[in-house]
This record gives sequence, C-alpha cells and structure tokens, in this order.
Amino acid sequence: MSASPSALGDVTPQRMTFSQPLPLQSGALLPSYELVYETYGELNAARSNAVLVCHALNASHHAAGSYGGDPKSLGWWDNLIGPGKPLDTRRFFVVCINNPGSCFGSTGPMSVDPSTGQPWGSRFPVVTVEDWVDAQARLLDRLGIERLAAVIGGSLGGMQALSWTLRHPDRVAHCAAIATAPSLSAQNIAFNEVARRAIITDPDFHGGDFYAHGVVPRQGLAVARMIGHITYLSDDAMAAKFGRALRNGALGYGFGVDFEIESYLRYQGDKFSGYFDANSYLLITRALDYFDPARASGGDLAAALAAAKARFLLVSFTTDWRFSPQRSREIVQALISNRRAVTYAEIDAPQGHDAFLMDHPQYHGVVRAWFDRIAQELAA
Amino acid sequence: MTTPLAVIADLVPPGSRVLDLGCGDGRLLAHLRDSRGCTGLGVEINADKLIAAVQKGVDVLQLDLEQGLSMFADDSFDVVLQIDTLPNIRHTENALRETARVGRLGILSFANFAHWSIRLRLLTGRLPVTPELPYEWYNTPNLRIATYADFTRLAAHCGLRVVDAFGLRGGRRIDFAPGLLGSEAVFCVQRA
Repeated sequence: MSASPSALGDVTPQRMTFSQPLPLQSGALLPSYELVYETYGELNAARSNAVLVCHALNASHHAAGSYGGDPKSLGWWDNLIGPGKPLDTRRFFVVCINNPGSCFGSTGPMSVDPSTGQPWGSRFPVVTVEDWVDAQARLLDRLGIERLAAVIGGSLGGMQALSWTLRHPDRVAHCAAIATAPSLSAQNIAFNEVARRAIITDPDFHGGDFYAHGVVPRQGLAVARMIGHITYLSDDAMAAKFGRALRNGALGYGFGVDFEIESYLRYQGDKFSGYFDANSYLLITRALDYFDPARASGGDLAAALAAAKARFLLVSFTTDWRFSPQRSREIVQALISNRRAVTYAEIDAPQGHDAFLMDHPQYHGVVRAWFDRIAQELAA
Repeated sequence: MTTPLAVIADLVPPGSRVLDLGCGDGRLLAHLRDSRGCTGLGVEINADKLIAAVQKGVDVLQLDLEQGLSMFADDSFDVVLQIDTLPNIRHTENALRETARVGRLGILSFANFAHWSIRLRLLTGRLPVTPELPYEWYNTPNLRIATYADFTRLAAHCGLRVVDAFGLRGGRRIDFAPGLLGSEAVFCVQRA
C-alpha cells in the first residue's frame, strides 16, 4: 500500500442500521434507515473526548484521512483534523456522520423505500437540520457517547452545531460554528430556489423519479452547482484566479467557452453532476432554507439561544458574502445577551465562503487554541 | 500594556463580570479570573493577540471598537476596562459614552501627556519619547493624546461622575498632583 497523503492515514467508513423510525420535523417518519460514518482517534475510558464534525451541503462523512493512499481521496477537512492538526486526533475521538437525505451511503432518495421496493426518489421525506441532529444523537447513543466534548461544523454544518446546543444542551460542552448563519437571508433562499428550478425543470428529472428511467438530470444539477459555486467565492478571489482571462487567447464570437471562469464553472458543474444526487440537492438546500431557530420565538434569536449551555466559538471570514460576518455577529450578540461564553474570530481571508475549508494560519490558529483548551480541561 | 495589572485588578470588585476593550493577549482578564474570581470577555481586533487570549482560556470577540459597542446591552457588565486603548480610538467621546453605557463602572487608563518630564521636553521644542509614549510623532499608533486634566473635562462633558482618579509613576499610585507627577492617568467613571 502506498503512503497516505494524509497525516491521519487511510480510514474506513462504517455503517449503522436503525430499525426504530426517526420522527421528523415535518410530522413524517423515516421508517428504518442506515447511517454511514467515520471515526478518527480513540474514545477515552471516560468517553469524554468525543467531537462531532457536521458536514455541509455537498460533503460527506469522509472528513479526514484517505482511502487506499489515494491523494484524490482526502477528506474534506483533512487540513483541520488529524494527528497534530488543530482538531488533534491524538487527543480527541472524532465522529463524522453522513446525514440522511444525502447521497454518500446514508439512507437517502437513492435508497430503496421498504414499503415499495423502489428507490425513494421524490417520496423521500423533507428532512431538516433538527432531524439530522436527532439522527446524529441516536448514532452517538449507540457509540456510548452521552456528552460531546465539542461539536463543530462549517456553513450548513455550523447550523447543525448550533442546533445541537439547542436540542441537546446537556450533551454538548463546546460548539464551534464556522462561516454560518442563524438563518438564510432572502438572497440565500433565492440562490437555492434558482438551483432547484434548474434541477426540477431538467427534462431528465422526471418529477424526481429519474432512477427508473435510467437517466440523471445532469444539466440541471450542473447549473445548480455552477450557481452555488459563484456564491462560495468572493469577487476578489474570482478576479484573482480568473480575471477576464480567455480560454483560447481570443474571443470566439459565439456562446461557447470564451472565458476561463466559464470553463471553470462548467468543469465544476459537470464534475458535480457526475457524483451528486439531484434529489439530495433539493432536500439539502431545503434544509438550509428552513433552518431558523428564532422562528419559534417570533424572530428573537436571543430568546431562541437561551436554551444553549455550551461554550461557543464563532468564526466568520471577511470576504464571505454568502454567510457574511454580520450573520455570525447576530449569533454572537444573541449569545452575549444570554451571558454565554463565546469567542468570535472574524478572519481576514480573501477566498469568500470557501475560506472555511482552507488552511489559513489565523483561522486554524484560533481553532487549534480553542481545542487545546478543551483538551486541557479534559485532562484536568 | 504599560499599566500594572495589579493596580487595575485592585479597582475591580471580586466576582465582577468584566468587559476588557482592547484586551490584547488577555492577560488582565486571565489575572482577574484567577485572582479575583471574575468572569470576563475581551474585545480585540488583532487576530494573533486573540489567539494568545484563547490559549489562556479567555473569551474574546474580534471586533473593531470604532464601530461602537452596539452588540452590548446597557449595564450588561459590572466593569468595562479601557486600559491604554483610549488613545488608539478615533471616536474618543463615543467610546467613553459607550463604556459608561455598557458597564456600571468604567476603568480607563492612558499616558498622561502633562507629566512634568513631557512639559520639560516640550520646552525644548520637541515632542517627547517616554516609556509610556515610546514613539516619534511621525510613527505613533496613537490617534489621540490626552492629559489628566483634559480627561476630567471630557468625563464631565459626557455627564460622567469620576468616582476615583489618580496618577501612576513606576507602577505606584500618585494622589498628589497626579496631573503633574503621574506618567499615566487612571480614571474610574460612572454615569451620573
């Protein structure tokens, strides 16, 4: 076997089956289901060093490590998680779970609906951030983890981390919510809706039951991904990376790929539509739209966060216009008004929303220092 | 930070909830936590200093003080500290008013530009370079310079009551002629 490109080395996903139905926010039930997950590091004897990592829209349970030494198989947060990394697997037992409704092995629209023997497709129930948190909690129950040393996530993962502190306040000691928001803005929802319309209006979508037709709504999914990708990058990052550079050095006087940015977006869209499920994209963007813990308290976020008991770390990035620093500050203010312990870093990074996946020295420095303190508390 | 920790700590009632504006590496908040049982929160704009504070277990918000303290409710802290930060803030008056709004007690310290050594230096026609003001006029990070007497006037202008005020020299409290003999000025203020 070749040497792994990851400090963590090769990892192996695991699978857990749940026969008891999961009650969902919609009122529906997810009958029986499977969750795929990975763990890194060792759970200590006191079972007190577990850290749950929550994934975002297009990511999976494969947060760190590699498969079979393949450098292309690195986990999506491999720069943050591993031995000697800011989230140090020599001290923490890290768990990352693929959420139900996603398409990387956990039960989702591509799975077989036991009541029909056919893929769930369009009939897969709408799942929410809260539903995911409950599903994750059940998996932790089975692993014998009563209380998390920390929960951490970025973007949609940050929403799950935040939701953990509200749904299970006694089970979370620390919460790191990175590049996230207390709810989507109208603009955020608008982008999601355009993406969904691109998928739903693709002739190959077949109302969500395209599996039976042996096709995939590739074009719609690719356009959805292109739209998403624009919002992940800052204007400056795009200008620096592509500018107005031409693909072939001259204008084509047509509607093919003239500019490098067009080539890049098409490449990203095509790549994505080759591995992501269209129904999962609809479901997960809907979960984003619906997340709004302040809704039950008439928009009063401080009242909504009063249930939280954890110590918090919030991180935002100056050029992130999808989940801007202002949205993180709203969470900080609501926590402060509840006298919760919170550290907030507003990292000066050029990459936009995607910065949360980058290895930025100050960003990772804050996360490292924060986890170091948790490790010291555990050892005390 | 040039103001001695112990001098400030003595002014903070034990068990207080403290907001430290411009907390740097968090050493004062860590000291207040460990020696006086205070809970605290810092505000610091520099990311490296924020990391140093987090390493001490001190909670810090990376915010720009020029944008005010709108995040904090009235009287939400027992004590608000501005130790050697006031000269670095452009909107000095607003910062002082906000300090008194958010905290029941405001404690501020800054280099006193009317210390006798500075007055003498000015007589030579040159601006001073002192341990508290170790910069040349053309490279100082300080946006404002102030004297003990000037601050007394600003506090009155903002409707604040000075509950304690003194000078510091060599880390020791100076109550006699603090505006002349103190190289630093320390003020405790409250809304009147």
